[in-house]
Amino acid sequence: MNAIKQLFGGNTRQFGMIFALVALVLFFQWKTGGVILTPDNVINLINGYSYILILAIGMVLVIIAGHIDLSVGSVAAFVGIVVALTMRDWGLPWYMGIVVGLVLGALIGAWQGFFVAYVGIPAFIVTLAGMLLFRGANQYFGKSLTVPVSTDFQYIGAGYLPEIGPDTGYNNLTLLLGFIVVAALIWGELRSHRKAVALGADVKPLWVTIVKLVVLCGVVLYATYLFATGRPGTSFPIPGIILGVLVLAYGFISARTTLGRHVYAVGGNRHAAALSGVKSKRTDFLVILNMAVLAGLAGMIFVARSNASGPSDGVGWELDAIAAVFIGGAAVTGGVGTVVGSMIGGLVMAVLNNGLYLMGVGSDMSQIIKGLVLLAAVVFDVYNKSQGKASFIGLMMKKLGGRDNPDLAVAEPLKDAVRIES
Amino acid sequence: MPSANPIILQMRSITKEFPGVKALSDVSITVRASEIHSICGENGAGKSTLMKVLSGVYPFGSYEGEIVFQNEVCEFKDIRASENAGIVIIHQELALIPELSITENIFLGNEPTRFGVINWDEARQRSVELMARVGLSEDPNTPVKEIGVGKQQLVEIAKALNKSVKLLILDEPTAALNESDSQHLLDLIRGLKGKGISAIMISHKLNEIEQVSDSITIIRDGKTIETLDVKADGVDEDRIIKAMVGRTLEARFPDHTPKIGEVFFEVKNWTVGHPQIADRLVCKHSSFNVRRGEIVGFAGLMGAGRTELARSIFGRSYGNFKSGQIIKDGKEITLRNVPDAIKHGLGYVTEDRKTLGLNLLDDIKTTTVSANLNAISTRTVVDVDKEYAVAEQYRKQLRTKAPSVDEGVSKLSGGNQQKVVLAKWMFTDPDLLILDEPTRGIDVGAKYEIYGIIQALADQGKGVIVISSELPELLGISDRIYTIFEGAITGVLNKDQASQESLMKRMTAARKSA
Repeated sequence: MNAIKQLFGGNTRQFGMIFALVALVLFFQWKTGGVILTPDNVINLINGYSYILILAIGMVLVIIAGHIDLSVGSVAAFVGIVVALTMRDWGLPWYMGIVVGLVLGALIGAWQGFFVAYVGIPAFIVTLAGMLLFRGANQYFGKSLTVPVSTDFQYIGAGYLPEIGPDTGYNNLTLLLGFIVVAALIWGELRSHRKAVALGADVKPLWVTIVKLVVLCGVVLYATYLFATGRPGTSFPIPGIILGVLVLAYGFISARTTLGRHVYAVGGNRHAAALSGVKSKRTDFLVILNMAVLAGLAGMIFVARSNASGPSDGVGWELDAIAAVFIGGAAVTGGVGTVVGSMIGGLVMAVLNNGLYLMGVGSDMSQIIKGLVLLAAVVFDVYNKSQGKASFIGLMMKKLGGRDNPDLAVAEPLKDAVRIES
Repeated sequence: MPSANPIILQMRSITKEFPGVKALSDVSITVRASEIHSICGENGAGKSTLMKVLSGVYPFGSYEGEIVFQNEVCEFKDIRASENAGIVIIHQELALIPELSITENIFLGNEPTRFGVINWDEARQRSVELMARVGLSEDPNTPVKEIGVGKQQLVEIAKALNKSVKLLILDEPTAALNESDSQHLLDLIRGLKGKGISAIMISHKLNEIEQVSDSITIIRDGKTIETLDVKADGVDEDRIIKAMVGRTLEARFPDHTPKIGEVFFEVKNWTVGHPQIADRLVCKHSSFNVRRGEIVGFAGLMGAGRTELARSIFGRSYGNFKSGQIIKDGKEITLRNVPDAIKHGLGYVTEDRKTLGLNLLDDIKTTTVSANLNAISTRTVVDVDKEYAVAEQYRKQLRTKAPSVDEGVSKLSGGNQQKVVLAKWMFTDPDLLILDEPTRGIDVGAKYEIYGIIQALADQGKGVIVISSELPELLGISDRIYTIFEGAITGVLNKDQASQESLMKRMTAARKSA
């Protein structure tokens, strides 16, 4: 058991979600007769959900800091229409359109962040107001009409890695990307192994490292194969590249920079953070600001993918993003959550949606199922907390009648009060 | 004479154990009809526990012993049961609902109804009568949040009178009141006594106790020490203090020869307003100084303003700053926020570890570096190897008991959590470290280690301020002790002049010695 735990690292909730994701994919693969893992379907999945996953990146930071953002769908729609209009009416080139979108997102974020951080109004209220405000603004400026965007601009939402180099029967750039990811995985694992040895920390057994690498690299190579062998003209989609870059950047920011630490500190215990010198208001402001910038980006990608901006773009996106974050292991009370976890949570929802659709399940049943999955994930979180531990494996072992790992044992708070340390 | 009155309440041999701690051991008190009976003791002596047993907060069966009220053995299973018997407790934190009116509060949970519908006319009429009895002249429709704390206290008593109370328990009733409100309240309690209502009063203000009580029971370390008849025994404050603190000092402190240098930190005329109540001051013209290598104690009762003083100095993290100067190394400095304070070499270890001091979701290493992240970061990127190394170094140095620095702080014992918090502040390399109740909730062995750490810090030439409610601790660790009463500094004693009695006197009787 210890070894399995080591294999997946400390975060057992995240492991649970990876496990659920794999199980879901296999289940649908069986039920749909192999349709879910075809190149076309996988490409569709990425194209159709990348903007939700981008929202989830911003949302997880907001939720870690102890807030919520309900306005992201409307902000995305508003940014989308403004970008579409400025490009059409002012003749801005596509790249200037993107700049306009990001700047507008930042302005909206500053507006909402000001009220949340410096006026002290709960984010729920501020962003609920924003949800109405920016939906209305979208329909006011767009006159409730659909505004098309140029083919250049469509590239960021519907483009693919181009074909270059010799004809190998595969998309060469996609192959290259896959090999780079594999190389990075191996390098990262070796580096952390070497560091653990140097610091004298617990070193994982060699077989754990090897099994982990084989499994991960296998998954990456298989995905590479799928993306590289799609219909002619398709390959790894551009929104997927944007998403990948953002996941890397925000994963790093949240885990390894002072700003990221401050977000966790503020969400975990606002008073303790303030008394440790964290500028908690500034942290709140930046988190809300960042969310709106990413919402603007998601809106633009969606507009690019659907060739036009419309009055009902982005309806309900906030709920998908929030669901992804909570399924991905964030705590409702703040302080807990990871970018990667939210991506897995988002993929669980995406695969569920996609698989149920392929199976021909109606939207009535899929909504019921998705609702139950979200509830189950949060119940799981709350249950774990009430048990004073976060051990998915321990939970499974208990059901199997096995003994719990002693170092996962329930904390005994009262033992501390009476123990005399010699 | 009170002794002539019949006995109304007897608590016999009450023993209450929490897992591993005996909070009360064989405590007995006897209260007579129409008397005011005070209970005195240091913080943590067991006064509040005793009152919770009496009022049913700790239900029958969770303690040993017997409660006899009005000649009946009582087995209260909750607060409602004790209220029905005529015992009403008024807590230090008032249990009023701020948005509701005076009438609504008085009748909350006890509304007069007609056919199941609340009869507000009757309620208002009766609340006017009740308010007259407690000397409160307000519109009964006024929301409670709009009247002052003193009047709120009166509403609480009116609420109790409405429940036909026989025995009123008041926990620190005057702690939040100014002098005239306190006086009015005490007069009221005396008036009620004349109408056959007994009162049990818990208070730290010994002058008030001396003034109103008929008898006093003193509790120390969960045991009844003695019961004094105020008039017959000629009780005065000194007598009470002696009984309260009568414990001897054991060798609970590491040997230490202080190396005291020059004054390097000085606070002058420090005045701070309450964060919510506009005209109330939590620090009144306080001035003090700290020398290099010196451990300075701050003694005061709960609510005296020690924490408020410390936190207002630490980057104005409490209250509304009004006036005052901070002089460090001969230069006046202004600390507008916590980052300022940290930059100027101040550190503050909070009184309440779990709600203010720690992020319980964090592990040891992230906590250790959390107040000085920049030291292990280059261009805001945290170097996790350095983080690990720093945390590991402090873990070894302070002998924190944990399997590794990856361990979550929520899994550590109180003493080890405190070591992690100390490590966090030591890593900021402060010149002045303020420790607020540094050993609260920590067992004896770990306390000894913490004292050792405090002394080691002082020997490095840092100034250390220790705020504590435990006088033996202050006497054992401090080189000099300031006393605070109601937000004002009432005296300073060198270690060799200070005793529990001399400190307690300055902590309770400001007017006399100031």
